Amino acid sequence: MKKIEAIIKPFKLDDVKEALNGIGIKGMTVSDVKGYGRQKGHKEIYRGAEYEVDFIPKTKLEIIVDAAQVDQVVDTIREAANTDKIGDGKIFVLPIEEVIRVRTGEKGREAI
Amino acid sequence: MINTGDTAFILAAAGLVLLMTPGLALFYAGMVRSKNVLGTILQSFIMIALISMEWVYLGYSMSFGPDVGGVIGDLSWFALNGVTTEPSPDYATTIPHTVFMIYQCMFAVITPALITGAFAERVRFGPFVLFSLAWAVLVYNPVCHWIWGAGGWLGSRGVLDFAGGLVVHLTCGAGALAAVMVVGPRKNFGRANFMPHNLPMTLLGTGLLWFGWFGFNGGSALAANEIAAVAFVSTHLGGMAGMAMWTLMEWLRDDKPTTLGAASGAIAGLATITPAAGFVGPNSAIIIGLLAGLCCYFAVSFKNRLGFDDSLDVVGIHGLGGVIGTVCLGVFASKAVNPGGADGLLAGNPDFLVTQLFGIMVVGLYAFIVSWILCKVIDMAIGMRLDTDSEMVGLDQAEHSETAYNT
Repeated sequence: MKKIEAIIKPFKLDDVKEALNGIGIKGMTVSDVKGYGRQKGHKEIYRGAEYEVDFIPKTKLEIIVDAAQVDQVVDTIREAANTDKIGDGKIFVLPIEEVIRVRTGEKGREAI
Repeated sequence: MINTGDTAFILAAAGLVLLMTPGLALFYAGMVRSKNVLGTILQSFIMIALISMEWVYLGYSMSFGPDVGGVIGDLSWFALNGVTTEPSPDYATTIPHTVFMIYQCMFAVITPALITGAFAERVRFGPFVLFSLAWAVLVYNPVCHWIWGAGGWLGSRGVLDFAGGLVVHLTCGAGALAAVMVVGPRKNFGRANFMPHNLPMTLLGTGLLWFGWFGFNGGSALAANEIAAVAFVSTHLGGMAGMAMWTLMEWLRDDKPTTLGAASGAIAGLATITPAAGFVGPNSAIIIGLLAGLCCYFAVSFKNRLGFDDSLDVVGIHGLGGVIGTVCLGVFASKAVNPGGADGLLAGNPDFLVTQLFGIMVVGLYAFIVSWILCKVIDMAIGMRLDTDSEMVGLDQAEHSETAYNT
């Protein structure tokens, strides 16, 4: 089992969610995050005073999938979240040791 | 003789002016960081209690009570003694005296609240309350008497101020400048991020202020008559022209028009038209509003280069607005518009402009000097500033043990 963490542009969340639903992904966890990478921040001006805003709002998705499905999910996210512009985000793939469903106590693939 | 129409109008206007103080609270609170919202709101809001109380026992009598040497009212109207529903012989002679008193109370309430934008996010509540009370007694009341009180020396010299360009906006602007100089900038000023936390709140406050301003200026005719109509129209035109000009300047010079710019321009235009509202025609009002947007925009940009932390631009918007409006009154005033007013420079009377400049100099200097001394004395005695840790934590937690936004 693997965890896929994707940092994407917030306005791409619906597209990504729909695309993932389309390939049978049944659940995900989403959070609002802030950060910067090569895109860097941007400038905001209030009454003539300039402020450098380093941390840009992004959305983080966390999805746990069977190892065999990783490539398909990653490709789907990439396709749906891509705008061809800098700042589209990153995808991380991490190993998962165990998954347990709280209600039933099921473990492993059954619990995803 | 009491006129019911006038009475109804001034009662409604008093309600409108009161609404400006919570409006101002929101206007300022949107511009501070989220850890200082409640503290900032309270600095304006508490004036309703603090200054209304002061007004009943001291303020009204000092400002409008029987004249002593043109300088101050005596205290014979202490606790509103003798201020009844009988009209006053000197002020607003067609409405109950109490109505005039409560209408003027609302002006006294908002004026020290305006100053709070200058030292936002960094002063302790106790010393701040003390400063505001002393300021109302020693700056607002005397200046109000000089200009609006029967027998006041500036008014007797012919200085005109329709609704508070000098009494309200210049006094608070000069007080703000003095306070900024004594209190000093916020920690990490120039390096840290002081971005407004909620501009929609600021825009809501702007709307409430604009709405209330119709009572502030329109009501200053003190009767439901032609002059009230003149003032109402020029108030709206001044505000809209200020907004148009500031927004345009940003668009041309900073690339993009902003909501904060639109709000700032509107307030600049409204503050600037205030002294002139009932004395000038609509076309003059538009010119005055455009000038306000232009000058205040540059003043605020200039401040950023000076390194003065007048955090929410009280000096650049209210102080300068009061000055420009009072000068413009000297230029554009017309007896054709208001026979009870004066003719200005354009009507061939340069003397009146000189009188107005004299008024600006006297009020500006007096308000600055007394405010500076007050602030300095309080600062040396008990300290105006929050300690560094409390300033980092924010007013809301450090001074009030509250949080504005609990998720």
